[in-house]
Amino acid sequence: MIAFLARRLAGLALTLLVAAGLIFALLDLLPGDPARFILGVNARPDTVAALRSQMGLDLPALERCGLWITGMLRGDFGQSYTQGAPVAALIAERLWVTVPLTALAMLLSMALGLPLGILAARRRGSPADTALMVLAQAGIAVPNFWFGMLLVLVFAVGLRWLPPGGFTPWQENPAAAFGGLVLPSLALALPQAAILARVMRTALVEVQGQDFIRTARAKGLTEGEAIRRHGLRNAFLPVLTILGLQFAFLIAGTVIVENVFYLPGLGRLIFTAISERDLVLVRGAVIVLVIAVTATMFLVDLLYAAIDPRLRTASR
Amino acid sequence: MSGEPSAGRRFWHPSLVVGLAGAGFFVLLGLVSLVWTPYPIAAIDIAGRFAGPGPAHWLGTDIFGRDLLSLVMAGTMTSFLVAAAATAIGMAAGVPLGLAAASWGGPVEWLVLRLSDFLFAFPALIVAVLLSTLFGPGAANAMIAVGLFNIPVFARVARGGALGLRNRDFVAAARLAGLGHGAIAIRHLLPNIASLLIVQATIQLSLGILAEAGLSYVGLGTQPPATSLGLMLKDAQSLFLLHPWLAVVPGLAIVLIVVCLNLAGDGLSDHLDPRLRRLGAPRVAA
Repeated sequence: MIAFLARRLAGLALTLLVAAGLIFALLDLLPGDPARFILGVNARPDTVAALRSQMGLDLPALERCGLWITGMLRGDFGQSYTQGAPVAALIAERLWVTVPLTALAMLLSMALGLPLGILAARRRGSPADTALMVLAQAGIAVPNFWFGMLLVLVFAVGLRWLPPGGFTPWQENPAAAFGGLVLPSLALALPQAAILARVMRTALVEVQGQDFIRTARAKGLTEGEAIRRHGLRNAFLPVLTILGLQFAFLIAGTVIVENVFYLPGLGRLIFTAISERDLVLVRGAVIVLVIAVTATMFLVDLLYAAIDPRLRTASR
Repeated sequence: MSGEPSAGRRFWHPSLVVGLAGAGFFVLLGLVSLVWTPYPIAAIDIAGRFAGPGPAHWLGTDIFGRDLLSLVMAGTMTSFLVAAAATAIGMAAGVPLGLAAASWGGPVEWLVLRLSDFLFAFPALIVAVLLSTLFGPGAANAMIAVGLFNIPVFARVARGGALGLRNRDFVAAARLAGLGHGAIAIRHLLPNIASLLIVQATIQLSLGILAEAGLSYVGLGTQPPATSLGLMLKDAQSLFLLHPWLAVVPGLAIVLIVVCLNLAGDGLSDHLDPRLRRLGAPRVAA
């Protein structure tokens, strides 16, 4: 188990290192001089040169990349030159919106999708199963941000139960902050739940036909007990794969859905940074997204190994 | 090829018929927009803005009085174009990688698997953010961003399919006949995984439509004066509380296209190879 963990950790570190190098190289290709951008076109060349060396821009690219990566390890993501603040602080502030939103959406989609999928598999062929699978088919086809717009129309404009958008900071009013995240998380969660329900159902139906379930039944377990004790654990492997992928995409989806509800999350920060060509900020935000996605994949790998001991020894 | 004729292969699966007909209708709508739309998509008519559906404008008009039907037609074309280009990129790079991994194994396979793991760490949104910062936003970014993400998808499907065939008799026979790994992959493995690839292409096409919409909606994809279904939703964003119709029309078009493509994909996999139904390829939107 320790060898497995070490191998996976090394893989994670290597992926992040290569990704950081790639992101740095891509954004470094860009013509344009941040020092000149800050000082304006009329600045004297020696002033620009002084600022360049102060910002470390006169160092070779490889050294700057190394400094950026070692800086990040200490929590220093650089300085945003359009916002005049440390990138790490800017991102951290936005994560107070993005992380709870992603987590809430993930929990909701699991709480809805998994039981419904199990229900559909247990009552295969019933009207409830058919209805659920039609819903799942629709859920897969609905863009989450458009679904968010529909939710606003129904629950904010029509019923006036929840605010149509905006965000009250947690420190001011936690209840209002939470209220602002309800509709966005539903918009993210429901299409995901549809996919999860479908995968859960397929996996469980598959498992129900396996010999070991028949054996468990033969030894006297009821159908329900056999599924609970032997079926779910096996059915959960494909579900876990999808969950991992979904979480990765949920992070990207969150960035998009934040737009519908005018939430001050990571998405808004990134889009402002792009339009203002704040490369240091774009670089920092992108690496944070990449870290989130790779860390999720890593966790899924570990969970996989926890559920299926065979995978701990296989090198794949 | 094994496929002895069976009853299931001869008749067409209903979801395949409905899905293909529906998707075909939208493709046709897009193609027609290249030569004709009810109104030019740039035709502005401020006096006639926010009109509801009626005989003059079947789907109504937007904030500039532009005809929504014309915009949907042109937008469908763009959305399909982006999704198709992205699928083509994914197939062109992913299938050879997957086949190479399955054929040569060893370090080649290790490298392909690590590369595809690596690409999975870059959802289309992240690549689109990088490309938009580098080159400015545009539909080409969306194609590349979604296309890059499609590469590991096709690599895995091709590898998985080919691994299942590696020990079959006809592959052994080809090897005995003196064919190398490359020739076996192209002549014998590729035709046998074609149905798998076609089904996956349908799925990636529908995911591509969704991804294009998301990217254009946040301003990283298609830019005016061109239009796409996602861009129409971006335009509707600030207005939909007062004029919900502007968001409903392009959104419904997206949903219908994706449902049709998914139905076609499901039907196709049943039609081409009933065994595929069990595999349940992952479907997650970017």
